[in-house]
Amino acid sequence: MSRILVIADHFEGTLTAATAKAVAGAREIAHEALDVLVLAADGAAIAGEAARLAGVDRVTHLDRAENAHPIAAIAAPQIVAAVTQGHYSHVLAPNTSFGKDMMPRVAALLGVEMVTDLSAVLDTHRFQRPIYAGNALTTVETPPDETLVATVRTASFKPVAADAQADVAARQLDDDIELPTHSRFVGIENHATDRPDLATAKRVVSGGRGVGSAANFDIIREFADSIGAAVGASRAAVDAGYVPNDMQVGQTGKIIAPELYICFGISGAIQHLAGIKDAGTIVAVNADPDAPIFEIADIGLVGDLFEIIPALQSALGASS
Amino acid sequence: MKVLVSIKRAIDYNVHIRIADDGSGVVTDGVKHSINPFDEIALEQAIRWKEDGTADEVVAVTIGGDAAVEQLRTALAFGCDRVLHVRTDQPVSSLTAARTLAAIAAQESPDVLLLGKQAIDDDNGQTGAMTAGLLGWPQATFASAITLGDHSARVTREIDAGLETLEIDLPGLITTDLRLNEPRYLKLPNIMKAKKKPIEDTTLEALGVTPAAGHRVVDTTPPAPRPAGERVDSVDALVARLNDKGLV
Repeated sequence: MSRILVIADHFEGTLTAATAKAVAGAREIAHEALDVLVLAADGAAIAGEAARLAGVDRVTHLDRAENAHPIAAIAAPQIVAAVTQGHYSHVLAPNTSFGKDMMPRVAALLGVEMVTDLSAVLDTHRFQRPIYAGNALTTVETPPDETLVATVRTASFKPVAADAQADVAARQLDDDIELPTHSRFVGIENHATDRPDLATAKRVVSGGRGVGSAANFDIIREFADSIGAAVGASRAAVDAGYVPNDMQVGQTGKIIAPELYICFGISGAIQHLAGIKDAGTIVAVNADPDAPIFEIADIGLVGDLFEIIPALQSALGASS
Repeated sequence: MKVLVSIKRAIDYNVHIRIADDGSGVVTDGVKHSINPFDEIALEQAIRWKEDGTADEVVAVTIGGDAAVEQLRTALAFGCDRVLHVRTDQPVSSLTAARTLAAIAAQESPDVLLLGKQAIDDDNGQTGAMTAGLLGWPQATFASAITLGDHSARVTREIDAGLETLEIDLPGLITTDLRLNEPRYLKLPNIMKAKKKPIEDTTLEALGVTPAAGHRVVDTTPPAPRPAGERVDSVDALVARLNDKGLV
């Protein structure tokens, strides 16, 4: 039977929602144990959060000053030691910037290949994943005699409930592993807002080049706020400097699966569509009736976003 | 300073791919291929370092069949000093590619090994971090800004929460994100000159690389299509639809 270890993704002392989705993916693999590992400077509180995730058997936290910020070269040898010592058959992390940076290094140290962006579990060693910007799905079979290393596509799994209570233990590695000093954290510039998190929001409103300017983007933000949505953008809007890059939705940005996705002034390049294909309902507003976004949209409206947004806002205000 | 850039031949990003009817994979014959866009950004960065005097030598490497010569010619037209072709007709997994790049790095001893953050065909995004792991080198993935010092590099990384800056000692491995730079258009004289420059050939065997053979692709299928959508002609109709679906 499989023994699964999920590596927790956390930020500023809080477990990310992506971790609960990775656990959801892990739960679909038949297993005898599903544990979570937290690497942090002081991981007790984060481990406490992880212990509430339904389906988790045991949480361990490995506290070292070097783990204050996730650095792949420093964390990977510790994860490998935990995997080897715990005899895990599967080691998973969410396909976030953390998981994408970390897990290939873990796989290389274990001497195994890896599955990126696992989107469906077919069996303990059979998985599906998207390729070519989500335009194809492949089924991959992995050898049962080697450790399976994978990142889990967060848009494909609903987060598990946080109503359980697993055991939590602080952990020491059996041997004091020497950690490299060649990589150092300098700083972070984070564009935190009070708005819902783009990756996990139930509603997302996004804008593209058609918005026209950074100042005009306020109309997108205001509308998003009025319906409690997160704000996203196309690569064109990011490259034009309207918004920071962490708002980018698409193959090379965030891949999201909100219940409702409303986009304004986005033409719908395949790289953008790759990021929204799993959304529940896609609404597109664009001045160009031939924009490719209308091929994927569930509801399309041709028109000027600067006229439609105010009308939409007042109509929604009236109906709610 | 010596910079080694890894490039991959991939189906051009503008091509709408077609999946083989028997589920064996994506149709590649007769389809336009290019350098993977992220690798082109890596090439551009290396050449900029050469132009501003930071780098003395830029070497590009690719792993693949005869057709990959086309991408090596493009690398020469960018201004690479040398190009290496690891010839193989077999599909190469990320781990095999990482083993190959690690072997080449051991031979070439670059100060910086640059890769794209992911290839747009397999969307794996594994090779960079795997190579760094095999070499025991520091890694800075998803770079949107790089400042090279004599023995270290400051790299701004695009992460989910914003921008993170790391300092890594050299030799180190960096993978490029989209916003690092805008690759140049190649000039015809450079393309013509590149046709005459030598390409150094090697093989996995010569490099002592054992191909990884762990994972097997069982089939490739199109994703489930979304049900056809509808057009509405007014904001009121749009709101009515959203109400019907219980979304507002």
